[in-house]
Formats: sequence, C-alpha cells, structure tokens
Amino acid sequence: MAELRALVAVKRVIDFAVKIRVKPDKTGVVTDGVKHSMNPFCEIAVEEAVRLKEKKLVKEVIAVSCGPVQCQETIRTALAMGADRGIHVEVPAAEADRVGPLQVARVLAKLAEREKVDLVLLGKQAIDDDCNQTGQMTAGLLDWPQGTFASQVTLEGAKLKVEREIDGGLETLRLKLPAVVTTDLRLNEPRYATLPNIMKAKKKKIEVIKASDLGVDLSSKLTVVSVEDPPQRTAGVKVETTEDLVAKLKEVGRI
Amino acid sequence: MANSLRGEVLNLYKNLLHLGRDYPKGAEYFKRHLKNVFLKNKDVKDPEKIKELIERGEFVMKALEALYFLRKYRAMKQRYYSDVNKTN
Repeated sequence: MAELRALVAVKRVIDFAVKIRVKPDKTGVVTDGVKHSMNPFCEIAVEEAVRLKEKKLVKEVIAVSCGPVQCQETIRTALAMGADRGIHVEVPAAEADRVGPLQVARVLAKLAEREKVDLVLLGKQAIDDDCNQTGQMTAGLLDWPQGTFASQVTLEGAKLKVEREIDGGLETLRLKLPAVVTTDLRLNEPRYATLPNIMKAKKKKIEVIKASDLGVDLSSKLTVVSVEDPPQRTAGVKVETTEDLVAKLKEVGRI
Repeated sequence: MANSLRGEVLNLYKNLLHLGRDYPKGAEYFKRHLKNVFLKNKDVKDPEKIKELIERGEFVMKALEALYFLRKYRAMKQRYYSDVNKTN
C-alpha cells in the first residue's frame, strides 16, 4: 500500500552531556577525544520516519549524513533504529568546518531528487551550531512545502498534516507531498539503539559518495572569526536597605 | 539447558556493557559495578534462579533506557524552551 520514501538527515554532534571547552586559539571548540553522538532532534526525526514505516505508510527510510568518516557511526545508529540504508556524503575533516546549513541543504536537495523521496525529515536544529536553517533551506531549494517545529505528523493520503509548535500555541498545516518536515522535542520519544539492533544493522548498506558526485558545490561565503566563552557572570552585590539599593543602582548608572 | 542460559547471560552482560557507555557517572564506573554484580552471582546453578536474574538484568536495561531518555529530554527542554522555566 505504501509507496512513500523518506530521507532522514542526521548530524553527528558533541554529546549533549559533555562540558564544552573553547580552544585556546579561539578557532572553535575542542572536539578531539570528545564524546560525539547523534543530534537529539535528529534522533526524533529518525524515530518518526521509522514509526511511519512501522505503520506501513512509508516503504523505505534512507539515512544520510554529511561529514568526515566518523559520520558513519551516526548513520549506523540510524540504521539500528530502523532505517533501511544509509548514504554518507564524505567531506574531508579539514573542510568539514565550512560545511554549514546551506551546503548540507544543497546536498539534501540533490539527494531528495536522486532518490525520488516524498518526505525529507530533519531535526529542527543542531545542538552545536543552533542554526535552525537546514530544513528550511532544503525546502526552498527543492521548492517543496515545509512543516517546521513539527510536534505531530499525520499522513492523509497524498497530503501531510503537520502540527507545529509556535509561540503561543500550535499551528496546523496541511502540506502537499513531497514535503520537508523538521522535528521538535514533543514529536516522539526516540528508541535507544541497543546492541542487538546495532548488530542486525551491520548488514544494511551505507553508500559513500562525495558532494561532487552530486554536482554540489560545498563552498561557503562564511568564515568563523572567533569562538569565545560567554562573559563570566559577575558576582551579585548584597545591600542592607532600600536606600542602599537605590544608591547602588544610581552608582552603576541604572537609574 | 545450562548452555543456552550461558549464552543468554553473556548476551545480557554485553548488552548492559553497551548501555553503560552513556551512564552519567561514566562508563568505567558502570563497568566496575556490572562486573561485581555478575561475579557475585557466578555460582548460581539453579536454572530458575538464573532466569530470574536474567529478567532482573533486562529490567535494569529498560530502566537505563528510560533514564537516558528522561535525562536528554529534560536537558533539551531546559536549554530550548525557556518559557517553561519562567514559573521559578
């Protein structure tokens, strides 16, 4: 019954529980030897795709990731969660820093066309750069409708009903397929990729390609100027009386 | 009978070890405790007792999965949904 195919993009980021340290030369954060895992919002996207497959609404789930060779670990996690096969768009480690939302969106757009998918799912944002742009840009490049910050996704024939988390409440959209959806926290609870599932997933294929194979230009017009720690919060000052408080506020020029 | 149980016990150990990598207090801490618990029960011979212990181990696996999910969910909620925290 289901003929729909889904492409899920996943990103390998520094694990959410790790304490981030800025490199002394201010060019970025320390990543060597630091624990990495799949972006939490991407996990939600994979879970949604797999649930659609389990409901027999989607026939095939393809997991894709752009970056250096370690990305394959993240793709393997997606396969362990239930994706059918993976695509690794390999980017040498030296160039990986320049690959941002626009570059990834170009790749995803080309892949969506090549694989003839009906649905592109992504996390709403990555916890390392917090861009919240890739899904939107992908939809723009493909000229497909988008449902971002999705907290509920329902398939209605050839249309997708998406409930979105917006300021002050929920917005419900009906999108014509093919479409792009970015996932928000309340959409679902992702399953844990247990060891037996990881073992089973080893039989699934991961195709390794380069961005140039897709005819995608990974050049970026952005350069990172510096990465710094947020300013240290200065200690608070305690005062005895209201008069003291007013005097202190006047002192710092607040009133 | 005892042989298949041995396989089950070994699988349980491997699965728990895999889960332990994300343990908040560290993978080494988890491994030490996991080893101790399994060694403590190494002389259990009764198949019923062994099955019971395996079930307990599988329960611990589910508890860990729930812990990991809650931890991650709470962290994401705190970091990205600031309006929720404004009551304090």
